[in-house]
Amino acid sequence: MIPEATFHFAGLLAQAVPLAPGSHNILHPGAPQGSHIEWLYWFIFWILLAVYVLMIVGFTRAGAKSRVLSREPLPISEYPEGDRRAKWAVGTAVAITVIILFVVLAISVATGKRVAGMTTSKNPVTISVTGHQWWWEVTYPNPQADQTVTTANEIHVPVGTPVVVLTNSADVIHSFWPPSITGKRDLLPGYSTAFWFQVDQPGVYRGQCAEFCGLQHAHMGFSIVAQSVSDFQAWQQQQLKPAAEPTDQEVARGRAVFLTHTCLMCHTIRGTDAGSRVGPDLTHLASRKMIAAETLPNTTGALAGWIVDPQRIKPGARMTPNPLAPDDLQALVSYLRSLQ
Amino acid sequence: MTESIIEKDRQVTRLTPDPELPGRLERTWRQHGGIWGWLTNTDHKAIGVRFMVTAFIFFLLGGILAALIRLQLMRPENSFLGPDAYNQIFTMHGSTMIFLFAVPMMFQGFGVYVVPLMCGARNIAFPRLNLLSYYLYLGGGLLMWIGLLTNTGPDVGWFAYVTLSGPGFSPGHRADIWAQMITFTEVSALGVAICLATTILRHRAPGMTLNRMPILLWEKLVISIMVIFAMPAVMVASSLLLLDRLVGTHFFNPAEGGDVLLYQHLFWFFGHPEVYIIFLPGASIISTLVPCFCRRRILGYTPIVVSVIATGFIGFGVWVHHMFATGLPQLSESFFTAASLMIVIPTGVQFFFWMGTIWHSRLQLRLPMLWVFGYFFVFLIGGLSGVMLASVPLDTQVHDTYFIVAHFHYVLIGGALFPMFAGLYFWFPKITGRMASETLGKWHFWLFFIGFNITFFTMHFLGLRGMPRRVYTYSPDMHWQTLSAIASSGVIFMTAGVIVFIVNVFRSRVAGEIAGNNPWGDASLEWATSSPPPAYNYLYPPTVNGRDALWDALPDQPVVVGLRDDIRETLVTHSLDTEPQHKDEDPGPSIWPLLASLTISATFVGSIFTPWAIPVGAPPVIITLIGWLWPRGHSPTPMRGRESWSH
Repeated sequence: MIPEATFHFAGLLAQAVPLAPGSHNILHPGAPQGSHIEWLYWFIFWILLAVYVLMIVGFTRAGAKSRVLSREPLPISEYPEGDRRAKWAVGTAVAITVIILFVVLAISVATGKRVAGMTTSKNPVTISVTGHQWWWEVTYPNPQADQTVTTANEIHVPVGTPVVVLTNSADVIHSFWPPSITGKRDLLPGYSTAFWFQVDQPGVYRGQCAEFCGLQHAHMGFSIVAQSVSDFQAWQQQQLKPAAEPTDQEVARGRAVFLTHTCLMCHTIRGTDAGSRVGPDLTHLASRKMIAAETLPNTTGALAGWIVDPQRIKPGARMTPNPLAPDDLQALVSYLRSLQ
Repeated sequence: MTESIIEKDRQVTRLTPDPELPGRLERTWRQHGGIWGWLTNTDHKAIGVRFMVTAFIFFLLGGILAALIRLQLMRPENSFLGPDAYNQIFTMHGSTMIFLFAVPMMFQGFGVYVVPLMCGARNIAFPRLNLLSYYLYLGGGLLMWIGLLTNTGPDVGWFAYVTLSGPGFSPGHRADIWAQMITFTEVSALGVAICLATTILRHRAPGMTLNRMPILLWEKLVISIMVIFAMPAVMVASSLLLLDRLVGTHFFNPAEGGDVLLYQHLFWFFGHPEVYIIFLPGASIISTLVPCFCRRRILGYTPIVVSVIATGFIGFGVWVHHMFATGLPQLSESFFTAASLMIVIPTGVQFFFWMGTIWHSRLQLRLPMLWVFGYFFVFLIGGLSGVMLASVPLDTQVHDTYFIVAHFHYVLIGGALFPMFAGLYFWFPKITGRMASETLGKWHFWLFFIGFNITFFTMHFLGLRGMPRRVYTYSPDMHWQTLSAIASSGVIFMTAGVIVFIVNVFRSRVAGEIAGNNPWGDASLEWATSSPPPAYNYLYPPTVNGRDALWDALPDQPVVVGLRDDIRETLVTHSLDTEPQHKDEDPGPSIWPLLASLTISATFVGSIFTPWAIPVGAPPVIITLIGWLWPRGHSPTPMRGRESWSH
């Protein structure tokens, strides 16, 4: 066993600066796979640290004991006796290196199996994630089409349940990466791959695109909301509903604005005529905490600012500016904020 | 002078010094003067220095881009650079440092300058091809940098993954410029690889058998062969990309059955050997400097050579570790994990033998050796963190994060830049005839060493805390700003260090201490001639009596005689045992390489805009090649082949 104090030292090494709140950290996993990888990290880290220290001590010692201060080139010397011993030492060092590498290989492959292989017998939840420039389309496929939940950027999962992720890309290569949960997986156009993860602690875990995907690669975040099974089911039921009908005149007018401007050319709001799949599904936009792929909080002000000029916030984003009249904009935002 | 040269049977007549020989050789071997002379120069020393200087200028330009990146990331939501500018800058930084600096400096620059001298040859093999390679390299560099200055700088990453770099997502000519820059620089590297491999195999001094070849020559030979196998893969990748973009093929278009992973395989089949193409020249410098400054022979010559060759082979079997996140079958993941771990062994062998060499020695810690110790401290961190990346589960976490950025800067700056400065300080007296200032050199070392570690060690933490690469900004909520600001601050020290180096070079080349032939007391042949060497390198081409040529030289070590001094005659020896085989004429200065490089460049650049550039550009290329290869009026050596050296 490695004593507690060394772990403390390791903590100092890795987190010389206070930890970020929120969960976006390889060394603070909140899920079993992330924990396996974290364990592997520290296992290899300690071996490598020991090797590094030995090598540096060796070079420093060799340099210190051999150093002469003369500047003029000295004649050549031979050390037949010393060299014989040195060759044995090198042979031993190579043998130890080989053993270390075998240990690393074995532990790595074993950890890889634990991370990749599904270990529970519970029925998994299946999610399809499709990368877009620069947001994540998330669906919960169901054989019955009207039971398929479609949302964007905010992925809800039940705790303690395996989640199978089917990956896809609509345009370029993206990479799905929630550091506190598990390693990344590329979303390749033309390939559909599958992997799984599981979250055991309820909470919100952040993730981000990890493969360079163009102008707004930096603003392509997502979040994984892990909640109890009952909360998850409730969320799913809510998401299956069509959009809420307007309850007051302002909101009704907002819907009219939505349906008579360019909005409907890209977005879906189920229960209305807007059915395009180019941009994120907005049917339950107000239930999401963030907009624009984790770029802005989902508040009235941020939403209005985003609608008017997305190019100021995410230059290059596929959404065009919308110079709406102030009262139209206000109505539209009220409508979107009503889409619980 | 007699036609028989060999002193093998030790029945040599003592040479009577010929006071007019240097003058005659000088007349025969000198280059033209003025601008014409610059354009037609086929002297490997001049071209080697030209490669180094040009590569160093690109290093400075790439460094300026790096500083801009660090300025932008210094604080969250910085508005200094927008995403469009940032993407061009980081793409240009990576492409410049790899394609225009690291390989041209470490492989072409040092190789072209040092290898022929170390072989005891009068010039490099195929000197005109060598000159053409330089021009094409320069052309590729200018193309990409003119692209940046005209706002068409490549912006798809130095790896230019499809489909982002394909016609659908990168309109305009930015990605085309990247693809053609690859073609330029890889043709250049291929040309130099052929020159160096031929020089090493056919122009070694009599007596320098394979078993006595300096380790540096072994490494350059292995690298040349790696270049010959690796570069075509990336040229295929970039050419298919260009076809997709220009002609409308669908090699990489998944909508039409193309394959995005095909591109990645082609790219990394080049890309990982490329790492060793950059690392091995560094290691070759270390293996040269360690015994010299330890005043002893290197320990473990044979295992080191075997390790280098093994690296050359295994280096081609690890490329998939760049693709662990794509979701490969577990069996192939395990295979590439094992291969990636295996390559640690030959590298480890070299490190252990270097340590063993220093252990029993009389170490003189002169300036180049200080950089060698810097290499040990820095490269080992990168090499060891590389072990983590061989592990699939760990790699899926740290891949494409700042952890990787930290790792490969430790590998590349540690493995190439530290040995480069060591090598530049080491061969500076040979190149310029004067010693570089040790005081300034130490300032340079410590400033750079400290700044480098501040910047890049910090990046490990950023990566572990989830910061992906290639993001132009980040939210303050991520709490990356403190570490990012620390990382940015190291730039100040590194910049200061590099400025001190430049000052040192400019001062020392006019005011440095006169070096003499062999200021370090080194063993290899280049130190047997004057500093800087004459145009013909050696008054009499040397012969070799052991692995450490000058240390093993007899008091009356024979020399090669019998080469004509009225034409540029060079000696060709057998690749294995260096028995003299025949004499060849060095082609001498020529304008044709420049003309050929202009027509080839016009074709390459034109093909960015229209496929018609290939058929229209081909005839001028062929015409210049015909001109280049037009038979000369006289046959240089009427006697060819072995009979001239019968003994």
